[in-house]
Amino acid sequence: MKKTVFLGALTVAGLAAGVAGAATLDDVKARGKLNCGVTTGLVGFAAPDANGEWTGFDVGVCRAVAAAVLGDPKAVEFVPTTGKTRFTALASGEVDLLARNTTWTFSRDVDLKFTFVGVNYYDGQGFMIPKALGVSSAKELDGATVCIQTGTTTELNLADYFRKNNMNYEPVPIETNAEAQQQFLAGACDVYTTDASGLAATRATFENPGDYVLLPEIISKEPLGPLVRHGDDEWADITMWTLNALISAEELGVTSANASDMGAEAGNNPEINRLLGTEGSLGAMFGLSDDWAKNAILAGGNYGELFEKNIGENTPIGLARGLNAQWTEGGLIYSPPFR
Amino acid sequence: MADTHAETVLFVRDTMLPQQEPPLSTVGPVGWARTNLFSGWLNTIITIVALLFVINLIAHLLPWFISGTWNATSLNDCREMMAAVGNEQGGACWGVIRERWPQLMFGFYPAELYWRPVLVLVLLFVALAPILFADRTPTRMLGFTAVFPFLGAWLLWGGTIWNPITALLGFVVGYVVFSLVSKVVNAGVSLFVAVVASVIWWTTLAGYVVLGLSAIAPLAIASVQSREFGGFLLSITIGVTAIMFSLPIGILLALGRRSHLPLVKALCVGFIEFIRGVPLITLLFVASTLLNIFLPPGTNFDIILRVMIMTTLFASAYMAEVVRGGLAALGKGQYEGADSLGLDYWQAQRLIIMPQALKISIPGIVSTFIGVFKDTTLVSIISMFDPLGLANAIRADASWNGIYWELFIFIGAIFFIFCFSMSRYSMYLERKLQTGHR
Repeated sequence: MKKTVFLGALTVAGLAAGVAGAATLDDVKARGKLNCGVTTGLVGFAAPDANGEWTGFDVGVCRAVAAAVLGDPKAVEFVPTTGKTRFTALASGEVDLLARNTTWTFSRDVDLKFTFVGVNYYDGQGFMIPKALGVSSAKELDGATVCIQTGTTTELNLADYFRKNNMNYEPVPIETNAEAQQQFLAGACDVYTTDASGLAATRATFENPGDYVLLPEIISKEPLGPLVRHGDDEWADITMWTLNALISAEELGVTSANASDMGAEAGNNPEINRLLGTEGSLGAMFGLSDDWAKNAILAGGNYGELFEKNIGENTPIGLARGLNAQWTEGGLIYSPPFR
Repeated sequence: MADTHAETVLFVRDTMLPQQEPPLSTVGPVGWARTNLFSGWLNTIITIVALLFVINLIAHLLPWFISGTWNATSLNDCREMMAAVGNEQGGACWGVIRERWPQLMFGFYPAELYWRPVLVLVLLFVALAPILFADRTPTRMLGFTAVFPFLGAWLLWGGTIWNPITALLGFVVGYVVFSLVSKVVNAGVSLFVAVVASVIWWTTLAGYVVLGLSAIAPLAIASVQSREFGGFLLSITIGVTAIMFSLPIGILLALGRRSHLPLVKALCVGFIEFIRGVPLITLLFVASTLLNIFLPPGTNFDIILRVMIMTTLFASAYMAEVVRGGLAALGKGQYEGADSLGLDYWQAQRLIIMPQALKISIPGIVSTFIGVFKDTTLVSIISMFDPLGLANAIRADASWNGIYWELFIFIGAIFFIFCFSMSRYSMYLERKLQTGHR
């Protein structure tokens, strides 16, 4: 998710403007399908099941947008992208929306000419160690051997962190997460570092997960979110407010189970009424039906439901909400009001 | 002498003894082992050590392979199954192969249409038969071979039947134009005109013809998106196409490189050196990303088609050099002999040069084929789901996260079967074409 982007940067820069400006909403409606860029496979975020159906946390965002725009969460064409092809796929118009746990950074937003429409997962780089090492803080890792994916920002973050804390480490360069897993289990390195969500997912696959612990330090900011092309603000609004609708729905207690009932007639909470289209007509303001948000919520549930179903504590990945809790519960997930 | 001698001895055998079997210790398995494995104390020690090593290896690997986890539905399920039977050291989790078998074979191809790729595979062998075993099959079958690429593409991608038919008509158009024009001007120019005519047909006219014919007779089968191709279906489709087209293109390039016409020679050398000087992965990136940007938005230039073209060009450049090696190995006398018989250039190539040059090149040609087939796995980098790409996607499923060897062993085994068959066929062909002299 943080592989070097020089190829994308070279090819995309400047050329993106050529296709931007087209009305993506009209294209999607005419096509009857949303082209959504996802990863070629990342545990919990996007993966095809045995029947070829895509599931995952990022996939949920795609389905919600498709439901909001087209009224059908199945009207999505999933376009798998790798770290190297994702930005070209979006810039060239091959996909309308990229929901591929991509870190929101300045250069991607400004230089590559994309618009990040929000954050659906706040990630950060963490450390995993075998319990037997007897270390309880990353500050005690002086002299450790560290498995690190080469060519990623995690490598730079690691160097920065150790320099800042005046410590030494010995890097064990690896290419993929699969390789890292094998190396770490074989004891080729004391520490494995990558995004905390990735560490948790990796740990969950171990034969004895209890023998390994994640250290409490998070050494970088990795806000992951969906993005669209620069220059089509209407489309950016639609995707942004679909994500916000899912977040607001959790805050307001609207779930996939009760959204139909609540949306049938106006209740006594005006914000819920505006969200579900029983009062006012927010959807019409950007060219969608009034029940757009209801459809988005029914597609896979509100933000909290998506989280619990795909990466939450009851799944094998077992991520706690942490930073990704609602703002009312001490997290950073916060939606502007529907008004 | 014999007579006098006969009186001095008691018995003279006057018939030959029947031939005896050689002693058991020098023939059969025992004899073979004695001469090859135990022919001295050093060899005996090496044999015993090697044997112990192999036995040790098998003793460790076999339990891993035979782990009885065929019905598992997730990695944890596997671990529980193995714990239940007291398997402490762990074993393979073959459940993943059972559950994802259709996916590894067909990718995301619609399940109710699996018969189509299977039928194409069967037809592929039918189409290959007259080429591979020319002496045992009727020549008429070559007609089917010529139609197969169009029939196969139609079955795989579906859609209206007029697409392959109009594509095929492009060749007819080219042929008709060639025969008309060649009455007026020489063969080279008319060939050029014919190619231009075919290209015009394919790029502009064919579209309208398809529309018109579909309106009159809508004969179509369910169409399948390229994105739904995956697994070995994708590998074999790309591999077979590249193999099928790279040989003829390669031969033409090799001839062009040895041509005396400066323009033809320069074009061929430039093409071959450019393609060979660039890694395949770069060409694939060009196919998947650069073309996307340069083509106008909304252009639907099929991604598999783009990849197939790039792989074919790549294989052709290598093929050209292999064939050129074969051409270079022929003595000058062969060329002069052909000239002295009064054969023109193409007759000489067809009757005298190519049969010999290609025979010499067989090992190199088949090596290139095998290399191309294995190179198809590179498409996983441009996010197409070839078997290796699928292995990654399967690992991204929470129930199979953390499974490596089983998938890689399975995929490797299938690739081995294909490549080994190709290699054995090439050895058979070499033996068959053996003429005793080079």
